[in-house]
Amino acid sequence: MGEVKKHDTPKVDQLKTGPWPSFVDDIYSYAEKHKKQACFDIMGQMELSYINRETHWKHGGIVGVFGYGGGVIGRYSDQQEKFPAIWAFHTVRVHHTAGKWYHTAALRKLCDMWDNRGSGIVNFHGSTGDIILLGTVTDQLEPIFFDLTHQLHWDLGGSGSNLRSPACCMGKSRCEWALVDVQELDYELTMAFQDELHRPAFPYKFKFKFSACPLDCVASVARADMSFIGTWRDDIRIDQEAVRAYVRGELKPNAGAFSDRDWGPFDIKKEVIDLCPTKCMYWDENEQKLYINNSECNRCMHCIAVMPEALRPGQDTGIAILIGAKAPILEGAQLSTLIVPFMKVESPYDELKDFIYKAWDYWMENGKNRERIGELIQRIGLNKFITEVMGLTPIPQHVRVPRDNPYIFWKEEEVEGGWTRDVAEFRKRHPA
Amino acid sequence: MGIEKFKELDPIYTQPYDPTLAEKLYNPEKPMENRITDIGPPYFWQFMPPVIQKNYGKWVSHEIIQPGVLKYKSETGDVVYVVRCGTPRLETTDYIREICEIADKYCGGYVRWTTRNNVEFHVTDEETLKALIEDLKNRKHPNGSYKFPIGGTGAGISNIVHTQGWIHCHTPAIDASGIVKAIMDELFEYFGSHKLPAKTKLALACCLNMCGAVHCSDLALVGIHRKPPLVEDERLEHVCEIPLVIASCPLGAIKPATAEIDGKKKKTVRINVDRCMFCGNCYTMCPALPISDGEGDGITIVVGGKVSNRISPPEFSRVVIPFIPNEPPRWPTTVKWLKKIIEVYSQYANKYERIGTWINRIGWERFFELTGIPFTEKCIDDYRLAYTTYRTSMHFKFTKHVDEVFNAPEIYKVEQFK
Ligand code: HEM
Ligand code: HEM
Ligand code: HEM
Ligand code: HEM
Ligand code: SF4
Ligand code: SF4
Ligand code: SF4
Ligand code: SF4
Repeated sequence: MGEVKKHDTPKVDQLKTGPWPSFVDDIYSYAEKHKKQACFDIMGQMELSYINRETHWKHGGIVGVFGYGGGVIGRYSDQQEKFPAIWAFHTVRVHHTAGKWYHTAALRKLCDMWDNRGSGIVNFHGSTGDIILLGTVTDQLEPIFFDLTHQLHWDLGGSGSNLRSPACCMGKSRCEWALVDVQELDYELTMAFQDELHRPAFPYKFKFKFSACPLDCVASVARADMSFIGTWRDDIRIDQEAVRAYVRGELKPNAGAFSDRDWGPFDIKKEVIDLCPTKCMYWDENEQKLYINNSECNRCMHCIAVMPEALRPGQDTGIAILIGAKAPILEGAQLSTLIVPFMKVESPYDELKDFIYKAWDYWMENGKNRERIGELIQRIGLNKFITEVMGLTPIPQHVRVPRDNPYIFWKEEEVEGGWTRDVAEFRKRHPA
Repeated sequence: MGIEKFKELDPIYTQPYDPTLAEKLYNPEKPMENRITDIGPPYFWQFMPPVIQKNYGKWVSHEIIQPGVLKYKSETGDVVYVVRCGTPRLETTDYIREICEIADKYCGGYVRWTTRNNVEFHVTDEETLKALIEDLKNRKHPNGSYKFPIGGTGAGISNIVHTQGWIHCHTPAIDASGIVKAIMDELFEYFGSHKLPAKTKLALACCLNMCGAVHCSDLALVGIHRKPPLVEDERLEHVCEIPLVIASCPLGAIKPATAEIDGKKKKTVRINVDRCMFCGNCYTMCPALPISDGEGDGITIVVGGKVSNRISPPEFSRVVIPFIPNEPPRWPTTVKWLKKIIEVYSQYANKYERIGTWINRIGWERFFELTGIPFTEKCIDDYRLAYTTYRTSMHFKFTKHVDEVFNAPEIYKVEQFK
């Protein structure tokens, strides 16, 4: 290992202090220890960005591994003379595991690989969900892929106009509110759609995200073209004795989430009954008993989150499917729209796969270049998407409110007598 | 697809890394030789600790025993304690190795990350828990920052989800990791405590592509540009597909054109700057339309979004401060306003009210009054569906704005946000 060249970085250095973990200290410690020029150079380039407040990465550059359309993002510095070790600084997206669990044996081996073939800088994790390895050169891409697949049994994630790496919450591995096995579902669908993940065939990107309950910890309703959210359709399970324990102040509301402030004694009326959005709960003071009119509950999870020891979701569980979230650019931002209110999910998930293929087939045939499925639904209309594309029967749950205008696109076959009329006949009745 | 669904650790991970193997296997002449594809990520089950495997789907309740420390109870009678720590997301393999060292020492070698860039350690008895917490508290970087601050639970601030910024991306209007560090240093007390009225989620996206999860966060920052793209006439026709560039503009602001350079006609484009909303979509399609600019670029602050269905449906964030300039390395103006918003929210909101639900109760006019954020015409939507944000009723409050401002509408000035 030769001499390394360090750069003065007085501005970036100011991020070494303060209590929050300093990435600057981390990167410099690593650079010193491993004598990595790329790490000194990246800090040097950051300093330059901090001085003139502009990025110093060039536009794009298409690189990748043979046969895959995504998983690698090409990146080149526009300061190659000053910072030669980062002249190319590509990122590799490594598909995270469902629920983001790891064993250290696998992580250490991944680290060894990245020390050898890259900058040593990583993201755990990128906003897509993937582990991101930041900074390598084009010649290393194939060896990295071979190392990943042969020595780590690990594949790349998706980028570009294809299926992006699906992501889920921690689900049944640790959360008592998990209503479906999102980790298994995430893994199985990821495996079933490897081709869609690695080889772009779509008009634009497509994302799946799975949350096992309506609290939606992975923000699937906002971040996924197809959002899968766990729900139930029977009754909330009530342990009346535990409810009374909350009322008596023996249990901490919301599992102790409010512990550092005095909000006064727990008041079930004020904190649960009155905040229930559907007003379907009743606390009988005399009986000391909680009643829930379950048919009116919209499963918002509030009461359950406040009294987790006393209330549990029902046991007749499944997923709801919502479609079409996208970022604001172009036609404005959208959250996903409810399409299927309830579906049982069991391996091998055939019903679900059929549903997905139905939506994809139509989108691949009719979607314009860079048109997300949410935009396509807007263009053709939700009613047409539900009925003609997905072959479903519309129900009031599909809308927040019915339309406020009567500008309905009637079809000829729906109108008695059709649209062919005789003007002469008309004029017989209504002389001009 | 050849990898088994390992329920126990795949033996491949116990073999040491061989730095020379790939060169032996990969043959550039025959790229398909020895190539393994479409194997996906490792099966998650092998990476879950025994207590998690045994109690999968059997958890009955949880308790946050102190900020950042959770206890889960299973119907089998088992318990698991979890310590959640913030990470900077941008880190080195040595930092990951340190996480491994901790996980090996206390957790049997298992570890997980949350969606919001926190790392979580699992133990099954209180004694190990105490030792783990003590250990984590004492690990610091050379200049004193905690490596593993404990927190991120309950009615506090969780870690910021964010994007790449100047460390890696070519389109950012702002940095990411540096701003996040500056903000979290200042809001540190709220990460490790439960003193806010509800969970508060922060996010940052460094350009309008918005790779992070920003639009539905309680408090979020997004990088914006304010100067239309430059047009490199000389280069454009060589590096860009002009029809695609024209189609990329959501506002139809780009027209084909020809320019004469050294007597030669070059195909290029012209931008109708009055129509441009500075989104950078065109630059995404065409490197000869650079848009970044040190003076032009900066931060928009949006507030009040959420994705949870709890009590009220998911909601979008709204723009409250249209622009704050980039102020590296510590972005003091941005940090100041975020802190102000959190403090005012903390003072006035009811228990369980997220920032957005609090504002829905008190009204946006009251929010602007309480926080002292100047309201300008930039906060009035004029993009698509803008009408849905206008007030079409008599339900409003007489805040100071009616007295002070109504007769002299404020003109937008950057200085107002200093
Ligand atoms: C034309 C539009 C877009 C382009 C050209 C684009 C480009 C990119 C690039 C180059 C990166 C990698 C950043 C880096 O590592 O250097 C990236 C990351 C990402 N993009 Fe996009 N993007 C676009 C739109 C979007 C949109 C609309 C979304 C979501 C709404 C999105 C979500 C993401 C996510 C989640 C990441 C990972 C970011 C991170 O973890 O830091 N992208 N995008
Ligand atoms: C200026 C403020 C905003 C910022 C900074 C912002 C940021 C973001 C980011 C970073 C994402 C990507 C999430 C991901 O895939 O990881 C996103 C997606 C999204 N945003 Fe926003 N957003 C803003 C405003 C809005 C508004 C006003 C709306 C709706 C009216 C909205 C709706 C959405 C939706 C539906 C998505 C789903 C994205 C997708 O996967 O394509 N956002 N936003
Ligand atoms: C179910 C469909 C609708 C019905 C039955 C309906 C009926 C009526 C009636 C009976 C009036 C009073 C007319 C008069 O005073 O002579 C009226 C006025 C009005 N309607 Fe509608 N309307 C409908 C839909 C709409 C829609 C979709 C809009 C606009 C989006 C609209 C906008 C108005 C307006 C602005 C007026 C006031 C007109 C004026 O007095 O100058 N209406 N409507
Ligand atoms: C007030 C409503 C909410 C409650 C009560 C709630 C509750 C929870 C709980 C109990 C967990 C499991 C944490 C643990 O015990 O380890 C969790 C995790 C999480 N929550 Fe929420 N949550 C709420 C809203 C949200 C929202 C709106 C978001 C996203 C914007 C969100 C994002 C997350 C994330 C990212 C995790 C980590 C999940 C993972 O590790 O995969 N939560 N939340
Ligand atoms: S989405 Fe629901 S089930 Fe999944 S981790 Fe969050 S609270 Fe638990
Ligand atoms: S889940 Fe929500 S709607 Fe249902 S009873 Fe509880 S608070 Fe009411
Ligand atoms: S938000 Fe924009 S600038 Fe930031 S990483 Fe994503 S594409 Fe790049
Ligand atoms: S920045 Fe956006 S609005 Fe402006 S010209 Fe480019 S694509 Fe059009």
